[in-house]
Amino acid sequence: MSTSESTKGRVQLTVLRIIVYAILIFLAVLCLFSFYMLVINSTKSNAQLQDTFNFIPGSHFIDNLANAWTDASINIPRGLLNSFIVAGLTAVLTTYFSALTAYGIHVYNFKFKNAVFVFIMAVMMIPPQVSAVGFVQMMNNLHLTNNYLPLILPGIAAPIVFFYMKQYLESVLPMEMIEAARMDGSGEFRTFNRIVLPIMKPALAVQLIFSFVQSWNNYFIPALLLDKAEMKTVPIMIAQLRSADYSKFDMGKVYMFILLAILPVIVVYIILSKSIIKGVTAGSVKG
Amino acid sequence: MKEKNRQSGRKKGISYAKYGYLFILPFFAAYIIFTLAPQILTFYNAFFENYRDGLTQIGPNFVGLDNFVTLFTPDAGGVIDMLKYFGNTILLWIMGAVPQILIALMLAVFFTSYRLKIKGQQFFKTVIYMPNLIMAAAFSMLFFTLFSPVGPVNQALISSGVIEQSIDFLNIKISVRLLIALMNFLMWFGNTTILLMAGIQGIDQSLFEAAELDGAGSWQVFRKVTMPLLSPIMIYTIITALIGGLQMFDVPQVLTKGLGMPDNTSTTMVMYLNRYLQTSKNYGMAGAISVVLFIISAVLSIIVYRTLTKQYRMKGGRA
Repeated sequence: MSTSESTKGRVQLTVLRIIVYAILIFLAVLCLFSFYMLVINSTKSNAQLQDTFNFIPGSHFIDNLANAWTDASINIPRGLLNSFIVAGLTAVLTTYFSALTAYGIHVYNFKFKNAVFVFIMAVMMIPPQVSAVGFVQMMNNLHLTNNYLPLILPGIAAPIVFFYMKQYLESVLPMEMIEAARMDGSGEFRTFNRIVLPIMKPALAVQLIFSFVQSWNNYFIPALLLDKAEMKTVPIMIAQLRSADYSKFDMGKVYMFILLAILPVIVVYIILSKSIIKGVTAGSVKG
Repeated sequence: MKEKNRQSGRKKGISYAKYGYLFILPFFAAYIIFTLAPQILTFYNAFFENYRDGLTQIGPNFVGLDNFVTLFTPDAGGVIDMLKYFGNTILLWIMGAVPQILIALMLAVFFTSYRLKIKGQQFFKTVIYMPNLIMAAAFSMLFFTLFSPVGPVNQALISSGVIEQSIDFLNIKISVRLLIALMNFLMWFGNTTILLMAGIQGIDQSLFEAAELDGAGSWQVFRKVTMPLLSPIMIYTIITALIGGLQMFDVPQVLTKGLGMPDNTSTTMVMYLNRYLQTSKNYGMAGAISVVLFIISAVLSIIVYRTLTKQYRMKGGRA
């Protein structure tokens, strides 16, 4: 390669880099802009918000927070508590039982093992909404509306999380380890709980977060089952805001509601973003 | 099977099979109670007249395929709602998913390029993935407030003199659709980028080096090496995006207050289903829509899978 050619190549590369960084910065701004507006607007009074628009924060953050927190029609502290209960319990059940199921299929040989695996893979693609009619009807008949059990217990059967756990076990769990535990007289459940679960810690942590977030954000089914004000979860309350009369509504408070709804997830994400992003791929894409 | 048993080095004499059944029991119990039984009940409902008219409960009476006939009978204006909302759903999905997949592919190539050596990757990945975790209902509510007639976007456009009167973005077909597509794009392109990046990183590096040695340019490497080897992950990405798209609900529901305005041009299939479930408690019609939705998602995922595997036939590589 001659000198002039390599110089040309270097100039080309630099130009290319500049374009790439420009695209990246543009997309990053696009992603952050609406959230920046949310934070800014949550610091402004209703009067300031009706006035002209600017990017300067106001001084009414605490007022808006107090107003939103004590709002008579939308009980956001209760909603946050409800969502924490539902999402927390769902995440624990989903993670534990997905690991248990994956372990059961990974380690043991039984007659319908392959059929069971194929079945779970096939139902993974079925949208949850297509069974909603029967689900709502059943819960009505069982008097389980305005109850969290029908929101939490289905988490035990989570095909996608199962698949993730199965992939993870295939990559980390040597059969020799289970054999050794058996030699030591460890029972099968004990082996799973005391030896296998600790090995799976990274996968469990990632799936705890993902199932928590998914349940936290879930709107469709909870909206069909919860209509008592004190039972409602955050997404239902947020959707309720949309039908409010805006000429009478304090917009500063509205922005504060939205901020409170997404804040818990954002905080967790900022702390754990690195492992969360790793977790996005670890299960689904493996040679 | 037998060979497999021997390979895994199981001790002869003791059968652990019962533990296999025991360990998967809770999953299947929960699946049968909370998904399979409701699924069957949903399909069963599709063949019954069963709704609430004011305070009187009509049915359930067996009506055969009447609900499906009603579903596909044009209304007074000659419109078949089901097809219209199916069209809306697909259109909204395409508007969001095409840029989502193309831009994600582009970013994945940027991030994995050893020539470009992009710095600050962790930062960019963190930022572009974030919208994926945000509550869709809250994200949509935020866009509603930002784009409402008295919201900051209109204020900015007026004060900068671009427009004189505020635009009602939420009552114009194209802007409502663009907003929904934009939100879906923002929520999913980061996720897709990370999946495709992992796919590219999973490709044997020596193949890139070999192509380079043979004098292939960047574009040729992308076309002839990256794309074919990435196809299993592309299939996975497109199928999951498609199935997700068919379920589109939270964003248009909250943005349009469930009305799909203007004139139901942003009503999706699940919003249609929700109306029968939530408002009229018409389980018969809701059941019929669910059956159609089920068939569409099954057929679409098979089609996409088939076409893509045909296009890039590979030597036994699978996702």
